[in-house]
Amino acid sequence: MNRHHRFNDQTKPALLLVIPALLGLLLFILLPFVTALVLAFTDLRLGSPLALRFVGFEQFLYILKDPDFTRALLNNLLFAAVVVPLQTALALALALLLNRGLPGTVAFRTLFFMPVVFPMSLVAVVWTLIYAPGPNGMMNAFLHWTSFGIWESRDFLRDPLLAMPAIMLLSIWQGVGFQMVILLAGLQGIPHALYEAAALDGAGRWRQLLHITLPQLRNPLIFVMLVTTILAFRLFDQVQIMTRGGPENATTTMIYETVQAAFTRQQVALASAMTVVFFLLVLIVTWLQRRFTHQEREVT
Amino acid sequence: MRTRPGPAILGFLLLLGLAVLFIVPLLMMLLGSLKADHRVLLESGSLSAFLPHDLSLQNYRDVFRRSEFHRFFFNSLFITGCIVICGLVVNSLAAYAFARLQWRGRDLLFNLVLALMILPFEVIAVPLFYGASILGLRDTYAIQILPFIANALSIYLFYSFFIGMPKELEEAARLDGASTLRIFFTIIAPNAKPVFASVAILTFLTWWGSYLWPMMVTIGPSVRPLPVAIASFFTLPPLHWGDILAFGVMMVLPVLLLFIVFQRWFVRGVASSAIKG
Repeated sequence: MNRHHRFNDQTKPALLLVIPALLGLLLFILLPFVTALVLAFTDLRLGSPLALRFVGFEQFLYILKDPDFTRALLNNLLFAAVVVPLQTALALALALLLNRGLPGTVAFRTLFFMPVVFPMSLVAVVWTLIYAPGPNGMMNAFLHWTSFGIWESRDFLRDPLLAMPAIMLLSIWQGVGFQMVILLAGLQGIPHALYEAAALDGAGRWRQLLHITLPQLRNPLIFVMLVTTILAFRLFDQVQIMTRGGPENATTTMIYETVQAAFTRQQVALASAMTVVFFLLVLIVTWLQRRFTHQEREVT
Repeated sequence: MRTRPGPAILGFLLLLGLAVLFIVPLLMMLLGSLKADHRVLLESGSLSAFLPHDLSLQNYRDVFRRSEFHRFFFNSLFITGCIVICGLVVNSLAAYAFARLQWRGRDLLFNLVLALMILPFEVIAVPLFYGASILGLRDTYAIQILPFIANALSIYLFYSFFIGMPKELEEAARLDGASTLRIFFTIIAPNAKPVFASVAILTFLTWWGSYLWPMMVTIGPSVRPLPVAIASFFTLPPLHWGDILAFGVMMVLPVLLLFIVFQRWFVRGVASSAIKG
């Protein structure tokens, strides 16, 4: 009786507490999301006097044949394929080195994490200077110096072969600290007893890494790879500021093409269809992560 | 513990080498902002990029002369501040109801919130932009603040913290007849400072650096925030690298100072987004 009474008692205050948040999520996330799903099947253009028509999968067929968008899709996948393994490996190496109690660990951790708090627009501007063409450019001078003079100056951001790698490099610089702190937290959660037992069995450093550290880090590793993959799909700021998708579409991305369609050309329906393709990719990656993450989660 | 001297030195040298590579862009930005404009690019290919000499604050003065930096800074502070403060209140209250109150429809709605967590902003940007355009809300503060107050990830982070607090906490107060809101503000919130700090930092970092949305919705400089402002300052002829870097330093300095003072909280705040893994 008493329990039933309290159950009813809390419904009203609870609703009052959740209504502001739910209203916000409904208006600004759920409603736009559903709108995107619907608009993707229409021919809507902003400011067009023609009535809205449903055109089925026409927009999707169009973008899948559109050389700009398919190139963008390919660029995003390439970006993910290069940056996710490289950045994760670097983050793991940094985390392992920082977990050994070497002198200066706190200072090193601070430094490696610092770019994470930098706005990407600022990072893009600073790295544009680093990639300046001509022998005065820092990256050119550095490569010239480390290759004992073999490297000849290039214009990184206007070179179809080098523009994408240039953007990958600064993205790794900005993002690796985030992965590092998550992996470091994971490393610190591994029980010492596991290593002691392995040492007693005569396992060396490499075997400990292979048979204890990596399996124990499985969930954090999968998590940071998921986040980095989704960030790779979301790639936009750097491209917009540094290369505008060029040269020759070498750095265009799904979001860049979406913004071009929605913002520059006012093709809302086409942009919505691109959004749906983007969403499906995010969904697949998230599903893969759930699938591969161990089910037993720590109860905190 | 298991550090032998040989590999330890090797590890340290490796860290040091990586640290040097990492610090180069940061140093170049800081020192370049203090040099005469024409020297920034000229010296960036040699070691003199890192030798401080003839430094002055002229570029910083030029930024204020050539752009409305103070306005952009205020815009960023105002927009981000509103999102953080309103977000803390709205999302923590909702999370409290989900985590500690018994009511009908709770689990269903909470699963909906969890599902919304996987939607990146880019998925809703187009219809939101369309809506803002037809409602005439472009180039306003409101369209840069309101859509981002309610946040599924923030609700989830608060929920995870609240659900772990001991049940006895509010029992006594409830028997005394205290209202739900009163219990939240006098008992729950004061005992949940770490999660408030984490969510505040995560939200602040996200929106201080946000570029895509303000780029789409702002038209003139009146409500333009810093990330959009630096991108347009960067394309403002003539190209003065010293000024651009000074702009950048001033843009990141507040975040950097906060980061250095509250470093532990930053790392925890950013890492807390990982618990949904």
